[in-house]
Amino acid sequence: MKIKNILITFVSAIALLFSTSVVSFAKVVGDKIILGAAISLTGKYSSNGVHTQNGYNMAVDRINSMGGVKVGGKTYKFDIIYYDDESNPKRAAQLAERLISQDKVEFMLGPYSSGLTKAIAPVTEKYGVPMVEANGASRSLFTKGYKYLFAVLAPANLYLDVAIRTAVELNGGKGVRIAQAFEQDAFSQDVRLGILDAAKETGSEIIIDDKLPKELNDMAATLVKVKQMKPDVLVVSGHTKGALTAIRQISEMKVDVPMLAMTHCDAAKLSKQHGKNSQYALCASQWHKTLTYKDDFFKDGMTYAADFEKEFGYDPPYQSAESSAALLVFKDAFERANTFDQKKVRDALAATNMQTFYGNIKFAPGGQNVDKPMVLFQVMCDDAGKCENKVVAPLKWASAELIHPVPKWSER
Amino acid sequence: MDFLVFQYPMITIQACLDGLLLGILFALIAYGMALQWGVMNIINIAQGDLVILGGYIAYFMYLYGIHPAWGVIVSPIIMYFVGIAIYKLVINKVVDRDLFISILATFGISILFMQLMNFAFGADVVLANSGYGTTMLFDNNVVLPNSKIFSAFISVVFAICLVVYMKRSKLGRAIRATAQNARAAKILGVDTEKVYAATFGINAALCGVAGALISITFTIHPYMGLPYTIRSFMIVIVAGLGNLPGVAMSGMGLGIFEEFADYILGTEFRIGSVFLLLVLILVYRRFKLSRKREYLK
Repeated sequence: MKIKNILITFVSAIALLFSTSVVSFAKVVGDKIILGAAISLTGKYSSNGVHTQNGYNMAVDRINSMGGVKVGGKTYKFDIIYYDDESNPKRAAQLAERLISQDKVEFMLGPYSSGLTKAIAPVTEKYGVPMVEANGASRSLFTKGYKYLFAVLAPANLYLDVAIRTAVELNGGKGVRIAQAFEQDAFSQDVRLGILDAAKETGSEIIIDDKLPKELNDMAATLVKVKQMKPDVLVVSGHTKGALTAIRQISEMKVDVPMLAMTHCDAAKLSKQHGKNSQYALCASQWHKTLTYKDDFFKDGMTYAADFEKEFGYDPPYQSAESSAALLVFKDAFERANTFDQKKVRDALAATNMQTFYGNIKFAPGGQNVDKPMVLFQVMCDDAGKCENKVVAPLKWASAELIHPVPKWSER
Repeated sequence: MDFLVFQYPMITIQACLDGLLLGILFALIAYGMALQWGVMNIINIAQGDLVILGGYIAYFMYLYGIHPAWGVIVSPIIMYFVGIAIYKLVINKVVDRDLFISILATFGISILFMQLMNFAFGADVVLANSGYGTTMLFDNNVVLPNSKIFSAFISVVFAICLVVYMKRSKLGRAIRATAQNARAAKILGVDTEKVYAATFGINAALCGVAGALISITFTIHPYMGLPYTIRSFMIVIVAGLGNLPGVAMSGMGLGIFEEFADYILGTEFRIGSVFLLLVLILVYRRFKLSRKREYLK
């Protein structure tokens, strides 16, 4: 008798466990909307992967505590299932499959980096799972005709477009001589294509066009050429290592160039690692906390930055801000669709037209956000050596005036 | 293809000097590899990862306000014990086996180190600033960062110390004896186990010095070790095991080769050209290596 009782308890306990684990993996359970995300928590993208995750979590907490998502007269809360993709595209694609076919997730958030987003997009597309991503800017993501992919950020080819146009403007509308060095990866090559377009339109000439390897830690050769040929603008894009290597060697080799424009400076913590040597560098950024976009959840950039710092202990890089914005987009789309039907949510996403603290969001047919310009900030240091990033372009959002041309090393 | 390097003579001088300074640093890492290869018959795939770990030691000193140049002293001391630990845990079990087993084992260590460093220090690219300034030559047309000169100088100092140590000290003699004939050395009373441990420790210490210098001169990153392994492997293949001047020469040669490849083919082919050269040299050396066994003199 006793044994029978124990057996019954045991079996029912297992059944209970099984049923909850199955149910909790469905897309909408009770009052929860479950989103899936593969994020690089280990491997080479892990620092930016964590920024992404922090951004997602921050927005989930905020939306849930401020009333959640209202669909069909009922209030739902967001929840996210995370998997670690180990910074590996193959793994990311497997995890996307797993999230969709095993965990039955019906809505996805993007991973970190263009490469991983590229690996996941075909999977979400195959299953018709809407994915809002915040960290894949490569142009090729938006030319494949994906219907279920939406990116809250500006595409990669626009990253340094502003820099070239500003240089031309300062040159009295005449074309400038450009030297460029780009890493051999999808993202940087897209930035390069953007520069080629801008150069063509403004009648500028590209006099040095170097490619940088993945194992980049020495770009002296490019800089020697720059020293000899004296271009008006030097453009470098090679993720964090590119930004750090460029500043180190430019300052050591005393390379004088009137304008230096780069990507990934804030992720590289440029001014922290290089101090005054990083002064005057221009950096392309998706977002800066001083921008005055507003929304109901995070108020504005400054408030977001303060709240983020309180929660995670560091100043939010743009990777976190755009990740938070992705959740705001999902909430908005669910409420407008007023259903959890994937097709209808997809259509609602496509019709998004809103402002968030991160910027305006409106998707082109390809899925990229066309309503938010890139900003350029310049590293500016005071005499005590304390450096700050100040937005200098576009003029509408500028909080400081661009210093141009960059003073020569002999005069610093 | 870009032949700028031949149009401007200053660029040629720059490339040669850069390559020389860089090559001396490579030679230091390669010498460590030659040492343990010669003594223990082990090709250490984790060589580059030991270098990067040494770099992180200097970086952390810099982070806590100590000038990273002191890393050149501290890093080898710590790395020596890291080396001994690796020997006691793994290498002593594979030291008598064939080369393939040791390559597998050190490859495993390499992966483990990469992941551990990534876990402990994060995936960010870091560097240590020495604040050494720059030397300008030829009317400011050739620039040499003093950090590069410093690292070449320190490499030479360490290489000389090591050679003297190997020639004069008791342990040095024991290491050379073991390299020539381990069995005979054992019979004559050399504690070969101890010699192996010390050799591995010395190699790790050399990697520590090189790593500290790399963090001062370039940047470091948990996954950047492999190119350093390949370079030192190649230098050793060219120079042979027992030949320190040869290691130095082929190190500098490789440095200059890389710089010119960088200017002519483009930076993206820099590491690629090293790999290509390695293949060519392996094919050429194949017969030579199989004909006679070389040992550390």
